Amino acid sequence: MAAWPDSPQSLGKPTSRVDGVAKVTGAAKYTYDVQPDGWLYGMILRSKWPAAKVTKIDLSKAQAMPGVKAAVLAGGEQRTVRFYGQELAAVAATTKQQALDAIRAIEVTAEPLPFVVKEDDAIKPDSPPVGDGPNLSQPKVDSKGDPNIDALFTSAAAVCEAELRTPVQLHHALETHGNTVSVQGDHVVAWASTQGIFSVRDGLAGNLGMPQSNIQVICDHMGGGFGAKFSPGVHGGLAAQLSKAAGAPVKLMLTRLDEGLAVGNRPSSIQKLKFAAGADGKLIAADVENHGSPGISGSRKTAGGGGGADIALPYIYNFPNVHSQQFGVIMNTGPASAFRAPGHPPASFGTESMIDDLAVKLNMDPLQFRLLNDGNPTRQREYKEGAEKFGWTAKYKKPGSDPGPIKTGIGCAGATWGGGGKGSEAQVQINPDATVEVRCGTQDLGTGSRTVVAIVAAEAFGLRPDQIKVKIGDTNLPFSGGSGGSSTTASMSPAVWDTCQNALTALQTQTGVADARGAAWPDACKKLGINPLTAQGKWQEGFSSSGAGGVNFAEVEVDTETGHVRVKKVVAVHDCGLIINPLATTSQINGGVMCGIGYALYEERIMDRQTGLLLNTNFDSYKITNIADCPEIEVILINMPERGVIGIGEPAVIPPAGAIANAVANAIGVRVHSLPITPAKVLAALGKVPNVTAV
Amino acid sequence: MKPTPPSPGLDRRTFLKGLGTSAAVVAAAQGKAMADELNKATPPGPQGPGPVPITLSINGEKKQFTLEPRVTLLDALRNFGPLTGAKEVCDRGMCGACSVLLNGKLIYACMKLAIDAQGHEITTVEGLAKNGQLTPVQQAFIDCDALMCGFCTPGFVMATTALLNSNPKPTEAEIRTACSGNLCRCGTYPHVIKAALKASGQAVAETTTVINHGSVA
Repeated sequence: MAAWPDSPQSLGKPTSRVDGVAKVTGAAKYTYDVQPDGWLYGMILRSKWPAAKVTKIDLSKAQAMPGVKAAVLAGGEQRTVRFYGQELAAVAATTKQQALDAIRAIEVTAEPLPFVVKEDDAIKPDSPPVGDGPNLSQPKVDSKGDPNIDALFTSAAAVCEAELRTPVQLHHALETHGNTVSVQGDHVVAWASTQGIFSVRDGLAGNLGMPQSNIQVICDHMGGGFGAKFSPGVHGGLAAQLSKAAGAPVKLMLTRLDEGLAVGNRPSSIQKLKFAAGADGKLIAADVENHGSPGISGSRKTAGGGGGADIALPYIYNFPNVHSQQFGVIMNTGPASAFRAPGHPPASFGTESMIDDLAVKLNMDPLQFRLLNDGNPTRQREYKEGAEKFGWTAKYKKPGSDPGPIKTGIGCAGATWGGGGKGSEAQVQINPDATVEVRCGTQDLGTGSRTVVAIVAAEAFGLRPDQIKVKIGDTNLPFSGGSGGSSTTASMSPAVWDTCQNALTALQTQTGVADARGAAWPDACKKLGINPLTAQGKWQEGFSSSGAGGVNFAEVEVDTETGHVRVKKVVAVHDCGLIINPLATTSQINGGVMCGIGYALYEERIMDRQTGLLLNTNFDSYKITNIADCPEIEVILINMPERGVIGIGEPAVIPPAGAIANAVANAIGVRVHSLPITPAKVLAALGKVPNVTAV
Repeated sequence: MKPTPPSPGLDRRTFLKGLGTSAAVVAAAQGKAMADELNKATPPGPQGPGPVPITLSINGEKKQFTLEPRVTLLDALRNFGPLTGAKEVCDRGMCGACSVLLNGKLIYACMKLAIDAQGHEITTVEGLAKNGQLTPVQQAFIDCDALMCGFCTPGFVMATTALLNSNPKPTEAEIRTACSGNLCRCGTYPHVIKAALKASGQAVAETTTVINHGSVA
């Protein structure tokens, strides 16, 4: 196996971001900030109906308004729309105010159709069909071990059975989806807020019927993606069509409302779980059934429903006998998309909740119960390291045994993720004045990938990361894949390393300097004469791998009079192979914990059954965590350089909800079976208020 | 919730405080001062709805605009400035990404009309560093990695700057309160707390432990 250096100088050292200055001074230009000469403001008119037959869209009044340079339809005039927020038309105008006025002047004639926006309603046989048939998909069935699983439950020492629910979660990256597209004859330049510059390029090529080579996509900085920003989207296609029609660049960034409607979400889940364990504490059997909804992106013909609604049940545990059924539910709501660790946070919440309940039933410590049933050696170590740091043994009490109205509880949960990478290419240019430019067509979503490129190149050349000029975020650079599934660092780091090794070899051969690194660097570069040296390289086997664990320990405080939950402390223990930058890795894990707290306690897309509209349209009602919610977070990183680079984005967000839910149950002695764990649900679980179901 | 005060001179709280319990005369005088202040900024008579001349003082420089009265300060800065440091995220005073200083006080630029910002000194994130020299707050944000995607960062830098201007050595609780009007979806809050402590010269605890897998547990 090829290997990273044994005694690295830059790899593994906390390194501040190479683009930090640009970001703290406002100089960093995001897609939202790009303003090419003559740019127009683009805006979209969306369906105000959850389902309707559109018969006429009249753009003429809008087109005649001051400042309006183009107006286009999103998908023909006569069509059926299937969710609130579906794109109907778009305009481009000189100012935002003119665009807003023009959107309001578009006249749409439509006949509303019956709709359904709640999972429980959509499952019913008499529910209005969202598509051309029933809303419930064929089941995806999986089983292992004894086919007569019911008998195992009858004979087991402990059985737990419950229905657990998770809501639809919205991505809400702070920079909304959007693009600035400039169609100039047969050439296109597009600035995209994206996780995949090449996938946006290819999408735009398809939309415009142009060769991919005629399209350049740029993403210098972008304000978060979390899985929802890979394609140009309907909005990107509209920006391209508007630019073509207006003959000017069009910036079309979505509004915060748009963001909650039409550009992705994490599917819901309704998990019916039944777990059994023996008196020895070993897990015996799991019977699991899940109904999840990816909105309109589900398919009834696909087993499991497609659209990302099926989740990884019974998650990380070694059940010798499993029976599993997954159903997808189609509804008149916006399409789902990948969301940081697709399928894992809901599966972790459901599974870890039942694991804790089983442990309690068996009168076992939940941590010991996990150590007995989790076969993964990395997580075993992570549980042990984390428990010591957290003080698990001293803190653990029987559920609900904390006296007084404000009760403290603790819980833990584990994660698994594949990660890993491949396919990236890179180029390096070494100049006679000793400057170095590394070029790679990846993008930095805020994970610090630009800084990773600098660290890896610095390591190869014996320089400091701030001496490396990094060029990323442009499809004119060597190819690198989309940034999803915790694959970016594992894809591009080996490519940059390979490229730099090729460059170093060429430099040393060309100049006769035996070792050009470090102190020898300026003199060796000078010997290049007048021509810079350019070298290519690509991802190589042996510098990355896949398969990460990760565990969380959480301590919460629950006010049993108000139902309020406060997360006091989280210890997050993670591995991601070779840790390239512990500072940015810590940031990623902090961010995973904060997003996980939101999923556990606050976040839920609420659709109105009566009107089919989204009710929580902005951050006043769709609550994400803020700094006041921030617990004390301790991060433990298990560094495994021998495994190469893996990736950390996804695993960090998986275990918080399960750990927090278990801590709440440990505090109050009863379980809240659905996320988010709101004060109303806590009080209902305690029997202090009636159980309220959504209306 | 972060206070979004009206323009100084129109500050309701100061105005009411100045009223005392029965000082009608004082109130009348205050009222006149208010009106004078308003007239200085905007000529008398209705404004708009079409574009009107607007003068803003941004980062120490006077800038002329021709804007509809409904244009927000954030829109004016970003789309007509063009100073794109302040970010548009919620456009409804909920996230703090557009935070700027108005006469040294922290406000949400999306919640103030540009026409109402006349006659006041506006400081944006671009106006903090002088001659390329970062402020201690900016440097601490970099050192503590208190930024990830960076879209919320200008707002957090402004909120922290405003805090330290009025309270040079804030406690962690005060930092949490001062920054609670700003949202970050990447979740970099723990590092923002560290950065604010560091920028105010206070000790910052290390919260990350790296364990080499090869070593004995």
